[in-house]
Amino acid sequence: MSNTQTDPVTPTITHLDLTLSELFLGFAKISVSGFGFILPWARRLIVDEKKWMTPEEFNETFSLSQFLPGPNVVNMAVVFGSRMRGAPGAAVAFAGLLGPPALIATFLSFLYSQFGDADILRRILTGIAAAAIGLMIAAIAKMAEPLLRKLSPSVIVLVITFVAIGVFRFPLIQTLLVLAPVSIALAYWWQRR
Amino acid sequence: MKSTDPLVTLAAHFAMLSLFAIGGANAGLPEMHRLAVEVEHWMTDQQFADLFAIAQVTPGPNVIISTLIGYQVAGIMGAFVATVAVCGPTCVATFFITRVWDRFRTAPLRIAIQAGLVPVSVGLLAASAWILAQSTDKTVIAFAVTAATALIGFFTRVNPLWIFAAAALLGGIGLM
Repeated sequence: MSNTQTDPVTPTITHLDLTLSELFLGFAKISVSGFGFILPWARRLIVDEKKWMTPEEFNETFSLSQFLPGPNVVNMAVVFGSRMRGAPGAAVAFAGLLGPPALIATFLSFLYSQFGDADILRRILTGIAAAAIGLMIAAIAKMAEPLLRKLSPSVIVLVITFVAIGVFRFPLIQTLLVLAPVSIALAYWWQRR
Repeated sequence: MKSTDPLVTLAAHFAMLSLFAIGGANAGLPEMHRLAVEVEHWMTDQQFADLFAIAQVTPGPNVIISTLIGYQVAGIMGAFVATVAVCGPTCVATFFITRVWDRFRTAPLRIAIQAGLVPVSVGLLAASAWILAQSTDKTVIAFAVTAATALIGFFTRVNPLWIFAAAALLGGIGLM
């Protein structure tokens, strides 16, 4: 399925006729439905509830976001919004997705700047951070599992990235300008072997 | 890139780092930490960990940590500038990349790019966890909470909010 479907997302989307406010409210709803990794919520609303995309179109869009830089769901909202309504569509999708959480975050920041020194608050935050790091480790383990199973050179890249950024605290940009091309070259060589 | 206005510094740093945060906002955390704590001295290690915790209990995408950091640096304007700077360049990049990507679905180079960036992304996330754990898991109990949550998260599908509530309680009563 390659030549006939060069752009699988456009067909369904072009016949949709979403207004700017529908776009805004849709993404605002996604943003406040979940915490952190809100992809499942985006999927529920876009695919199951509103039927803005088929499951295949959604997967297609997201196979890409896994390794694109930056905040994935935000990128997705902008691409979707712009396909629906051009630049204004991108702007309202962006505002819908980030507006409500940014307001909440700003309010929490204000509280933190006022009461951040309170012992009890600090202890509670430490507890939450400890748990959040655990969840992050679980997510990392799930992603690393298939890599470890295949025993490809990617395991070495993973370890080197971790040591360079996490242990030696090298700057991200310079490190990736070296590591990313090397990793892609290794992957290219590995698949042609 | 040195500027006296923290807003300009903030915008420049965050716009650049987001283009290299492969795998989402959490992959950018080590660089945000390096800039905010080690390079610009905007906050302490502890404050960064606190903001990370607040971001976890704020509804919305992970990238909201940038709003919190921005506020800490320069108030409301800082929050706004940091959020837009982190999202802007990558949104533009995504827009153009999605347009050409599907055309090359079966090209070997495209597959190699995809395969090559996955381990980098996982490595970045592991670095995030490592850096944050160093500022958070200073007691045996905190470390145990992290380890237990990792196991629960890996083997079960418990709603993270329950885990956060339990951990907040343990922390609140002074066990960490």
